[in-house]
Amino acid sequence: MALVDVKGVSKRFGGLTAVSGVDLTVNAGEVHCLIGPNGAGKSTLFKLIVGLYPPTTGSIFFDSVDITAERPYARVQRGMSIKMQAPSVFKELPVRQNIQVALQERLSGAEREAEEERLLTLLNLAEDSSKLAGALSHGQQQWLEIGMALALQPQLLLLDEPTAGMSPEETHKTGELIKSFNAGGMTVLVVEHDMAFVRQVAQRVTVLHLGKIFARGSLQAILEDEKVAEIYLGKTHAH
Amino acid sequence: MLKLLDGPQTLGRGRIFWSCFLAVLACALIYPLFADSYDVGNFAYFLIWIFMALGLCLMWGYGGMLSFGQTFFFGIAGYGYGVLAINMGGGTTTIAALVLSVVVAMIAAGILGYFMIWGGISGIFFGIVTLSTTLVLAFFLGQTAGPEWHIGAARLNGFNGMKGMDPLTVGSFDIEGSALYYLMIALIVVVYIALRMLVNSSVGNVIVATRENPQRAEMLGYDVRKYQLLTFVIGSGLAGLSGALYTSWGQFITPSSIGLPAAAMPIVWVAFSGRNDLTATLVGSFLLLFGFQTITVYSQQAALVLMGVLLLATVMLAPQGFVLGMGKLVVDWWSRRRRRDEAPALADTARLQSDET
Repeated sequence: MALVDVKGVSKRFGGLTAVSGVDLTVNAGEVHCLIGPNGAGKSTLFKLIVGLYPPTTGSIFFDSVDITAERPYARVQRGMSIKMQAPSVFKELPVRQNIQVALQERLSGAEREAEEERLLTLLNLAEDSSKLAGALSHGQQQWLEIGMALALQPQLLLLDEPTAGMSPEETHKTGELIKSFNAGGMTVLVVEHDMAFVRQVAQRVTVLHLGKIFARGSLQAILEDEKVAEIYLGKTHAH
Repeated sequence: MLKLLDGPQTLGRGRIFWSCFLAVLACALIYPLFADSYDVGNFAYFLIWIFMALGLCLMWGYGGMLSFGQTFFFGIAGYGYGVLAINMGGGTTTIAALVLSVVVAMIAAGILGYFMIWGGISGIFFGIVTLSTTLVLAFFLGQTAGPEWHIGAARLNGFNGMKGMDPLTVGSFDIEGSALYYLMIALIVVVYIALRMLVNSSVGNVIVATRENPQRAEMLGYDVRKYQLLTFVIGSGLAGLSGALYTSWGQFITPSSIGLPAAAMPIVWVAFSGRNDLTATLVGSFLLLFGFQTITVYSQQAALVLMGVLLLATVMLAPQGFVLGMGKLVVDWWSRRRRRDEAPALADTARLQSDET
């Protein structure tokens, strides 16, 4: 069953068409990766889905409801949760307060405090909970933001390059974290460059190229597709 | 509820802070017993402005919205009080006039805020639009000298200002002198406590998060525009409260209370005090108003120049505010001293335990 259905979506910025007539379906319960070379339109498509950009044409459905005209907060209230490309945390607030802001609509009192502790421990941030979020390392800020996104217990977790700036160990741990949440029934849409990470988490993959869908299918099918290797890695690497 | 008095958004917590708070409050309450009535009236006068400073602190320091137009709402409620008090016949109806004039200022804030916030105006442009609105009102009121400019029996009177309204009155008792002073103290305590609870509540969490990163706050499912509007309306309502109290205190109001020099004053008070903390703003604004009032007796120009110098010094030397900076120094010093005192005690305990074993 489709949780997200993107139908014929295009986005033009003046004379530049960043996304052109894209159809994308993300099924409930899967980890779906959106990949493509630089400038393919991945981040633009991501921002169209979360509502940061209005599409020039086309429609976006979430759980069979047309959300094309809805603002980001309304999409989040429907069950989406978002982690942006650059770490986007409340830098002048303590780490714990960052998590509190994310949790307070869903939980209160002792329940909230228990969930705070659980998330801080899960993200290896318990010892730094009283530090300002801006004082954390880049990788820790990435995890904090993932934690804030998870705190909403979303139906759909949207991650834009969640491992940017992370060490290989941190990247692997993030992959395992995503897989564990997916095992609990959460649908995940990931925009990612790192193919090792994609191999670790993806069940289905969509390849964007020059703003259009270039290929889609299972992880194995995409990995074996020579044309994908050609556009993604360059001809010399493909042969 | 009381838990909200102490929280991450406010400096000062625990028994020592609240003991100091009660001691200062007790001093304020017994002050009229020892001071002459002129000084008490003067104190009441500059306490009137504290509400506007606290409102701006909420909007600018906590909400990230620098409004240069607090005197717009001050003027609306000030003139509103005059118009209502004159037309409603004075006496006890002045209490209703006070409340209604603040409500009118809040409605004006709701309308202006809606167009600005929903229109995506933020940052420096927020200050420019609010300042422009203030200047428009000041210039408009300045040209209302003719007899045709009246609302009911209330004449606006151009630059000469509106006069003839009753002071706040209950029955036949005029709230003036010491009574007005005690009313100011009571209102300041209520507003200060209420604002502390607001900023330390879950709503306050979102207000501060929106200041830090509005996009992230929206991505957590909050319609940040509603929180910004709420902050703007509350802050403007407090400016309105100052305006209505000012008119009832002096029984007059002129456009100069709204114009550019008046509009700049709350910015100086809050910037100097420390916009990120209510207590720093309360203390700092009180000190500045007291100083300003004292110097004004000798030279108003000198007082204005001092305000300008203080603003420059704040921007260049203590952008987070002098009073807040000193408050943090005291808290740090106190924490270090406690740690130092506790360290030998812990060492003694450890030594005793090792001796026992």
